[in-house]
Amino acid sequence: MNTTVIHLGFLSVFPDAIDFILHQQPARTGGVLVGGPDQTLHLVGQHLKVTFLALFAAVAIALPAGVILGHLRRGETVAVAIGNAGRAVPELALIAFVAAFIGVGLGNVTIAFAVLGIPPILTNTYVGISQVDRNAVEAARGMGMNALQIVVRVELPLAVPTIMAGVRTAAVNIIATVALASLAGVSTLGDYILGRNVYGDEGVVAGAILIALLTLTLELSLAGLQWLLTPRGLKLARAGAAA
Amino acid sequence: MVTGHWRVRAAFALIAALVLALGVAACGGGSNDDNTGTSGGNSANLIKSNPANKGIQLTVGSKNFTEEYILGNIYAQALQAAGYDVKTNLNLGSETIAYKALQDGEISGYPEYTSTLLESIFGKTTVPADAQQAYAQAKQELEAKGETAFQPTPFADANAFGMLKSKANELGVTKISDLQGKSQDLSLYGSPECRERQDCLVGLEKTYGLQFASFNPVDIGLRYTVLDKGQADASIVFTSDAQLSANPDKYVLLQDDKGIFPAGNVIWVTDQSTVQKAGPDYQATIEKVQKGLTLPVMQELNARVDIDKQDPAAVATEYLKEDGYIQ
Repeated sequence: MNTTVIHLGFLSVFPDAIDFILHQQPARTGGVLVGGPDQTLHLVGQHLKVTFLALFAAVAIALPAGVILGHLRRGETVAVAIGNAGRAVPELALIAFVAAFIGVGLGNVTIAFAVLGIPPILTNTYVGISQVDRNAVEAARGMGMNALQIVVRVELPLAVPTIMAGVRTAAVNIIATVALASLAGVSTLGDYILGRNVYGDEGVVAGAILIALLTLTLELSLAGLQWLLTPRGLKLARAGAAA
Repeated sequence: MVTGHWRVRAAFALIAALVLALGVAACGGGSNDDNTGTSGGNSANLIKSNPANKGIQLTVGSKNFTEEYILGNIYAQALQAAGYDVKTNLNLGSETIAYKALQDGEISGYPEYTSTLLESIFGKTTVPADAQQAYAQAKQELEAKGETAFQPTPFADANAFGMLKSKANELGVTKISDLQGKSQDLSLYGSPECRERQDCLVGLEKTYGLQFASFNPVDIGLRYTVLDKGQADASIVFTSDAQLSANPDKYVLLQDDKGIFPAGNVIWVTDQSTVQKAGPDYQATIEKVQKGLTLPVMQELNARVDIDKQDPAAVATEYLKEDGYIQ
């Protein structure tokens, strides 16, 4: 395809981008075949691997911290300040910082993206747990539950919608940004987006389309998970409130 | 809750200040001032201002990285010294954008690598290794579109196979084909697109028959960092990189004995109507002022911007003064 034509409208690249995903084609720079299902599936797999590692790390750190602070109804300052400051740090700067001072590779990249996921999970978990109806907590205590039982059987289930909203925000932030890992030693769909000279505009758009699809799929899956985790009584109460 | 808000704000301000301080510390690092000048002044080089050029407007363009900023500033200041009315537009992004700006008449011309022009703009898969042949081919393609190009610079920028000198000594290698039988234990780093490029990983695998333990994509700004930190055994770098001239005893480039890295000299790409409008001083000034731009000089100029953090315009002025093009 002639490079000068491309500026006329990038929408015209969409069919070529789909073709790039489905069929191998010669690289712009010659010599090898690129694109097609094999390379694309490999990169999608890598992209999901980094996303899930980072998301699990973020949940593993932020969920217990948010639960403890929320249960004690203390540390609002800390939870909110970390949430806000975390959102103010641009991920590209963070990746550059981590790569230059800690190193590149899967472990370091996972840390950088986990940092991106922690703020929304921490803030939402804190808010969700601390806003559980005090009467419910007092009733549980009156029934003889200890602190752990109150957290696991009363506070966590009732806070599921708020906590999951944070997890979904974190997941979308992470999966849409993980393309940057291709600048720090880990191949992801960012390879397509950053390698225009090799993959052409169809490769760039193919990468963007795939990331958008992955993001929507992950968001819908987590919405399904949230529905499964939400206690039946809470669903009924919400349905009743809506009616 | 007034006090609560206040504490939130104070904590936020503190964290923001910390983040900023870290950023500033990161940017300020790594400066060294052991510059050696390029060469002494030469009065024969002096560009004379021609009154006939007054009122002729030229807009100098460039792409958006160090070497291009410096070149754009050198050409702009030289043309100004020749008496032209010069404007600049030195942040044009990739070659596609810069070339489009030229076609749209937004700029009069910009410096471009012959290899990039032939591969990326004109879709060639092979580029002549000889600078004059590559220039002739690029010029022919450009003239078919009503554009043209002036003579190439003395320096050429190309991909190169870089290692720490200590690692190369340990392996006992001086050229790329020496890596036969050793490369399977080496981790290779390069820009993300290197993996599929003929003048990068593909050429190393196909032409040299080498297999590496891993190929890892990194930002071009990190290709020396990963060598320094010991994460990379080898890195695909550019021959004109500042780090090479700043640390001649630290890094070594393996000789490309099978010729997979085509060199790209820089040519001034412009359109034919501008050449007619601007008169003979236009081409003469551009070709004169780039005569001193050999590879060591270009590395040195890049180092002043990338490592010493000087302004590209100031570095361009220094070059022009040191070589006597302006006073």
